[in-house]
Amino acid sequence: MNDDSQQQVIQQQLIKDMLMESLEGLDRFDRELVALEKGEAEADTMNDIFRVIHTMKGTAGCIGLQRIEMVAHAGENVLSLLREGKLSIHPELISTLLALSDALREILRVLEQTGHDGGDADYSALLERLRKCQSLPSAPVAQPSIENTAFGLFDDDPGAHSPEVAKPVAAAPSSASSAQVTSVSEASAPGAPSGKPGVSESAIRVDVVQLDKLMNLVGELVLARNQIVEFTSQAENTALVQAAQRLNIITTELQEGVMKTRMQPISNIWSKLPRIVRDVAQELGKEVELVMEGQSTELDRTVIESIKDPLIHIIRNSIDHGIEAPDRRRAAGKAEKGLLHLRAFHEGGQVNIEVIDDGKGIDLAKVKSKALDAGMVTPDQLSRMTDREALNLIFLPGLSTADQVTAVSGRGVGMDVVRTNIEKIGGSVDIQTTLGEGTTLRIKIPLTLAIIPALVITTCGERFAIPQVSLVELVRLEGEQALKGIEHVFGAPVYRLRGKLLPLVCLDAVLHLERSSSQSADNNVANIIVLKAGEQQFGLIVDAVNDTQEIVVKPLGKHLKGLPVFAGATIMGDGMVALILDVFGLAQHAHVVSQSGKNELSESAGTASKAGAAIRQSLLLFSLGASHRFALPLSSVGRLEKFPSSQVEREGDREVVQYREQIMPLVRLANVLGGTDAANGELPVVVYTVNHRNFGLVVGRIDDIVEETVVLQNEQHRSGILGSSVIQGRVTEMIDVGAIISNQALAS
Amino acid sequence: MSLFCTFTVDRFFFGVAVGQVQEVIRHQAMTRVPLARPEVRGLINLRGQIITAIDLRRRLGLPAGPEGARNMNVLIKTPDGAISLLVDQIEDVLEVSAESIELPPETLQGDVRELITGACKLKDRLLLLLDTGKTIELPA
Repeated sequence: MNDDSQQQVIQQQLIKDMLMESLEGLDRFDRELVALEKGEAEADTMNDIFRVIHTMKGTAGCIGLQRIEMVAHAGENVLSLLREGKLSIHPELISTLLALSDALREILRVLEQTGHDGGDADYSALLERLRKCQSLPSAPVAQPSIENTAFGLFDDDPGAHSPEVAKPVAAAPSSASSAQVTSVSEASAPGAPSGKPGVSESAIRVDVVQLDKLMNLVGELVLARNQIVEFTSQAENTALVQAAQRLNIITTELQEGVMKTRMQPISNIWSKLPRIVRDVAQELGKEVELVMEGQSTELDRTVIESIKDPLIHIIRNSIDHGIEAPDRRRAAGKAEKGLLHLRAFHEGGQVNIEVIDDGKGIDLAKVKSKALDAGMVTPDQLSRMTDREALNLIFLPGLSTADQVTAVSGRGVGMDVVRTNIEKIGGSVDIQTTLGEGTTLRIKIPLTLAIIPALVITTCGERFAIPQVSLVELVRLEGEQALKGIEHVFGAPVYRLRGKLLPLVCLDAVLHLERSSSQSADNNVANIIVLKAGEQQFGLIVDAVNDTQEIVVKPLGKHLKGLPVFAGATIMGDGMVALILDVFGLAQHAHVVSQSGKNELSESAGTASKAGAAIRQSLLLFSLGASHRFALPLSSVGRLEKFPSSQVEREGDREVVQYREQIMPLVRLANVLGGTDAANGELPVVVYTVNHRNFGLVVGRIDDIVEETVVLQNEQHRSGILGSSVIQGRVTEMIDVGAIISNQALAS
Repeated sequence: MSLFCTFTVDRFFFGVAVGQVQEVIRHQAMTRVPLARPEVRGLINLRGQIITAIDLRRRLGLPAGPEGARNMNVLIKTPDGAISLLVDQIEDVLEVSAESIELPPETLQGDVRELITGACKLKDRLLLLLDTGKTIELPA
């Protein structure tokens, strides 16, 4: 999509919003004007009247609707006098203002039909009338003609105008009016015969709670439908079967309809992106052009809310780590301006969002060595990884691909969170990169969370539902194959799927299901459900595959929340409850997914909630001198920088450096906490931002970044220290950054 | 005077304040939850709501009931929806005067002690008053 048409889409959206808002406002304007005239106005009425016109003027000005702006401006002049008490309420004044309201409605109507405001209609008479109002005497005087004029205003000629067409604007007591009436009417005429209702009639505002309720009810209906369809599947009464079929179809349509009401275009969150991209790019001294495609792609509102933050994070990352600085781009033969391309589209019942940058790509070799250094993988594991798997290492917590430890906000700290959040709503993240050419990140998310397609399977007489999004394929082995196809590697079953080994998981074994004699497994058949958990595929062996169904996801009660293998429960056609398998949780539980990644995360979340005090967190380890080891939570670190000691300047008695056009005070932790730091050479500095002010903590030497569960001992035995703990076999003091900085801020 | 919904579990006679009971329903088909705590017997479908059922025998440390016993469900109201307590038999709703309620005997020991708030001296037997909040809260 090119820039122009994109602009056009935005413009259309803005106009639509403005129409809604303004038409509502004008209705209120009329009501309150009339109340004002009757002397029934409340304290705030005058302000509200003023605000309606003022807002319209402002909005129109913003989106380049000059005619509305001009007319509203004239009205505003009168209203501001009225508000200030310089004009008093006068029938002529009220009539004029009502005429103003009608005129604005008329322009809006033309705008809605033609996309631009007002065509060639002339509002000079109204403007003149408004101008005259400003000099009306402050006390009402009898004006015999007013009654007539007022009636004239509302005296619609039934032959000339269709009922929807607003009252002619130009019925002002001016001789020039008749010609204008026609022109305005004509301008609005094209829409009238088409019978298309205006925005104000075709759109209403509905409480989101109401929509959620409706969605829940539809969910119930879907369940009831499933039950009836199942009951009638064996019925012989044709009339009943037909009725059930009809119910089936109607329910599906209703479900789709209700779902649509909750849909919002992705532009709702994208509209904020140009600003974010601009800010981030400017901050990093980069030039980025943002192209957005598929703005009108619609998503359920709950889904929209939950992808907002991950998306912003990804975009920041792309600019920070993907797109290079202009000089480097030039050196690489690219345009100086980096391109950030966002695409959204529907595909196979899912929404795809792609974030494509033409930056430097991700250096796989670097990812591998970083992962190796951090002890996340063994050299052996690494050698067996495909490039794709290796690339997915960036989703592990704590891995940063940035050069040295310079940018903590890098792809290392946040990508695991991004992935967790997206998988939480049943989505997936995929990344592709070409070194030197760019990176594409693809997010796939379900359209809605409430009703999902699922595969229903049986094992040991128990039914389970598996969300279709995790399903790759079904493999059925019979006879000889069932016996020989499944091989065992030291007890771990595997299957050769098109030449690659697929780890197998027996559902009954994982869930500790007991097999009663009547349910003895048929040895002649093996059903393998190939599932994907993140990037890893595995096969789930089940007794039988039943069918696919739309199921309504219901949460499990608090007693079962801690079970990672279940995502929820649903009610089947026969009224029984069936559990929904959480494919990722299942893979973890069965140790299919590597222990280092997600598993640790979820386990740490579990222990954190139980233990409370002991929370697993990423820590930056540094030392001051040989014997003093310290740690601070990575989450609070803004950036890590290195400054040559020659850059350190003095301001009063404190050391400062120039950093991002600010004077950043340096705090030498060695002075606060004891120990020594490098007096010369490069100073490693941890940058903190408090209330938009940067502080630099000079740390002696940065040792490592680790993820640890910290249990503090000897709490608070000296200021600036929270307590100590043993990390990597060394006594490490956790520093209290907040206290150190606030002391420093007080001292300065 | 207060009203108690009463039921039997094993050889004991229990009561729960009527205000805490949402409803009492007959035996329901149950879906087991693998890997769940042993007290959680399974899930039932109550008019489209999925409800966790807690085996009161197990919760009170009583021996398991006979094979194939058809437990009744006493649904307890909680802020997050109802929870079912599986009991052997439902008895009457009894009106009990405050004076007839005593603290549970000191000799009552162990975990169960926590769950019983009082004993009510009825003519022919003792009615044990169950603390539903604690009963539903499964020990970690």
